[in-house]
Amino acid sequence: MNQAASALNRFRGGEIGAIGLLAAFALLSVDIALHAYTTAYAFHWWIFAAASAGAIYMIYDRSATRPLALPPRMIDGRPNYNFAPVKFAAIAAIFWGIAGFAVGLYIALELAFPALNLDIPWIGFGRLRPLHTSAVIFAFGGNVLLASSFYIVQRTCRARLAGDLAPWLVVLGYNLFIVIAGTGYLLGITQGKEYAEPEWYADLWLTIVWVVYLLVFVATLLRREEPHIYVANWFFLAFILTIAMLHVVNNAAIPVSLYSSKSYVVWSGVQDAMVQWWYGHNAVGFFLTAGFLGIMYYFIPKRADRPIYSYRLSVIHFWSLIFLYIWAGPHHLHYTALPDWAQTLGMVFSVMLWMPSWGGMINGLMTLSGAWDKLRTDPVLRMLVVSVAFYGMSTFEGPVMSVKSVNSLSHYTDWTIGHVHSGAMGWVGYVSFGALYCLVPWLWNRSRLYSLRLVNWHFWISTIGIVLYITSMWVAGILQGLMWRAYTSRGFLEYSFIETVEAMHVFYMIRAIGGGLFLAGALIMAWNLYKTIVSPETSPLPSAAPSLAAAE
Amino acid sequence: MSPDPKTPVKIDALSGVPTTGHDWDGIKELNTPLPRWWVIIFVGTIVWSIFYVIAYPAIPLHSSFTKGVLGWSSRGAVGKDIAALRATRGPMTAALAKASLQAIEKDPGLLEFARAQGKAAFADNCAPCHGAGGGGGKGYPNLNDDIWIWGGALDAIFATISHGIRSGDPQGHDSAMPAFGRDGVLSKAEISNVADYVHTLSGQPAEQGASVASGAKLFAEDCAPCHGVKGAGNQELGAPNLTAHGSLYGSDKEMIVQTLTNGRGGVMPAWSGRLDLATLKALTVYVHTLGGGQ
Repeated sequence: MNQAASALNRFRGGEIGAIGLLAAFALLSVDIALHAYTTAYAFHWWIFAAASAGAIYMIYDRSATRPLALPPRMIDGRPNYNFAPVKFAAIAAIFWGIAGFAVGLYIALELAFPALNLDIPWIGFGRLRPLHTSAVIFAFGGNVLLASSFYIVQRTCRARLAGDLAPWLVVLGYNLFIVIAGTGYLLGITQGKEYAEPEWYADLWLTIVWVVYLLVFVATLLRREEPHIYVANWFFLAFILTIAMLHVVNNAAIPVSLYSSKSYVVWSGVQDAMVQWWYGHNAVGFFLTAGFLGIMYYFIPKRADRPIYSYRLSVIHFWSLIFLYIWAGPHHLHYTALPDWAQTLGMVFSVMLWMPSWGGMINGLMTLSGAWDKLRTDPVLRMLVVSVAFYGMSTFEGPVMSVKSVNSLSHYTDWTIGHVHSGAMGWVGYVSFGALYCLVPWLWNRSRLYSLRLVNWHFWISTIGIVLYITSMWVAGILQGLMWRAYTSRGFLEYSFIETVEAMHVFYMIRAIGGGLFLAGALIMAWNLYKTIVSPETSPLPSAAPSLAAAE
Repeated sequence: MSPDPKTPVKIDALSGVPTTGHDWDGIKELNTPLPRWWVIIFVGTIVWSIFYVIAYPAIPLHSSFTKGVLGWSSRGAVGKDIAALRATRGPMTAALAKASLQAIEKDPGLLEFARAQGKAAFADNCAPCHGAGGGGGKGYPNLNDDIWIWGGALDAIFATISHGIRSGDPQGHDSAMPAFGRDGVLSKAEISNVADYVHTLSGQPAEQGASVASGAKLFAEDCAPCHGVKGAGNQELGAPNLTAHGSLYGSDKEMIVQTLTNGRGGVMPAWSGRLDLATLKALTVYVHTLGGGQ
């Protein structure tokens, strides 16, 4: 009895609770794995079981070296920030980014040269495409959001991240979800909802992780030492809350059995389509826009060393963006079975969304006023600013494409793909790269990046890549749309479908070249950040005072 | 938010604009007013949206929705488009449905229209198997050459398109190449000999060590009933002409052995239930005039 008590003495209360929950979850996982109907599903529950056992070991292992008391929130009047989970998410973001871009390049090549699927079901376009989208949006983008939100909320609240194990549950649990989702696609497990492909059990796991994320974030906000909440945190909170709502509603499903990966979504018919695109559009609006605006609102003023251009604009554009975005989903379903009235509302809300979106662009760009000269010397700031320019471009293009007469030409064509990628590569990609270039030296106490010249190379190579990508897709999409609707003077369709596919070939090759350049740029970044972390430093700076990298 | 009294407002030296007085990790905010052009465009899009909502179907009601003052609906718009298309095609389509196939080919105006409609219908319905230009592929006959399995005259082509081949349509063509090997009619060695003989029928040299003579004997017994004594084929039975170059499944010996062993039975769908009479006729004329019509 005494021995057991002393063994327990090394653990904090929360750790004992966590070990109990993890052990129960491991047992449940083994039970499901043993009774699963398919090998692929069993494989996933063995992963859950191994992850639970691994987590128990990590808690045990950690308890040997750390003091029993929780770390102090303040040391000598300065916040004792918790940056370890931030570091993990930053590295995960780089890894998933490279993986996601590489898969994207491969499927771009598959579209140009279909034989590249090698007749292997695992690497056919149908499975790799969701792998690509989930890897870049949720794995890369999601880890960038986790890293930067956990960093920014601490620094702008002057408070240590809430929770001891909870932040780790968020970053590790989220990446476990990514592994389950990604391997599931390759094995053919999907519920067939775009950007919401993972099946019910992965969705449930993500729900747990996401609620803990919300709790950690809100608890950190509540212990802030600043009188007001910084604008970046408004955007992060809107992102976390709305994604929780979207995820739960769109993925509401009834599993066939605990031992089967298959489930049936509770929505049906056109209602299912509407819920799906309410989700899909706001995954763009709240994950890829609101979340990354939070990143923009911290790193641009920080890097430019200038105040935010307009506080009033940030208030107005925040609330108008949040209010209007959530109604715009039906524009994905123009000219479908969705009732006309819903299509109209989707369109007018998208058009009204134009200026609220541009409010963020104005605040990002105009923050540079008085510091424009820094663009010449600081390629990281240039990347951040160009990301805002791409943001402005795609948030103008979006409302234009939502107009029904434009949409009747653009819908189902590669124009949509081009639009998405100008936002994804230009805005989300560049603002993430900029954030990572800032974060890595700050997190690892380096006075500067390993090489600003490499950042310059990254910037120009991937900019050329993005331009090739989006211009080829514009031309391809408009050509495709015009060919589909072309009638002869006698009233017959001018082209067969396969002729429109043939016409795409050269643009698909240009797109693949663009994607290849974008990947090459990201590889340069990964190398640069790796060298930044491992290079020895003669005089590390104190962590509380991140410094800007010296301009060349 | 009014400026916080505890954090005094400062004027930003570069822009001359006051800050809100807050400082987050070194980040300050200017209190710049909203850009006027931004406000004007934002209000403009809202006003435009109100007019649009009045003009078009927009507001959901208890069991219906507001129809909009313009009376537009997407179903109505499609209906109009289809009616316009019918009006464009109408007179010629009616003439096509009435005229005989032979008469269509003799009338230059009808022929041109039939070929135009046939080209579009071919692209939509036939190109996935026969290729956009009718060039065919392995197992899918080339429609440009003058080799015909079930006949290349207008009426024969019309019958094939309408009722298909092994399609389940009672009026369709139904015979198939038997599986001589799989069904145990011929041994492997015998199949090899027959294949050698068939290989020479299209004028290709026999392979070294091939026993063409014994192959010829077997051919006369098992193949000639359908393909004819000289292998010239029989369009009544859909038995291909084996003396022609460019066979449906390839001309090398290995392919012939496969055909003899497992038989062949490719399917062409019956289109009479799916396409109207004018379209079937247009397709017939289009295919007939592709190059090899008889």
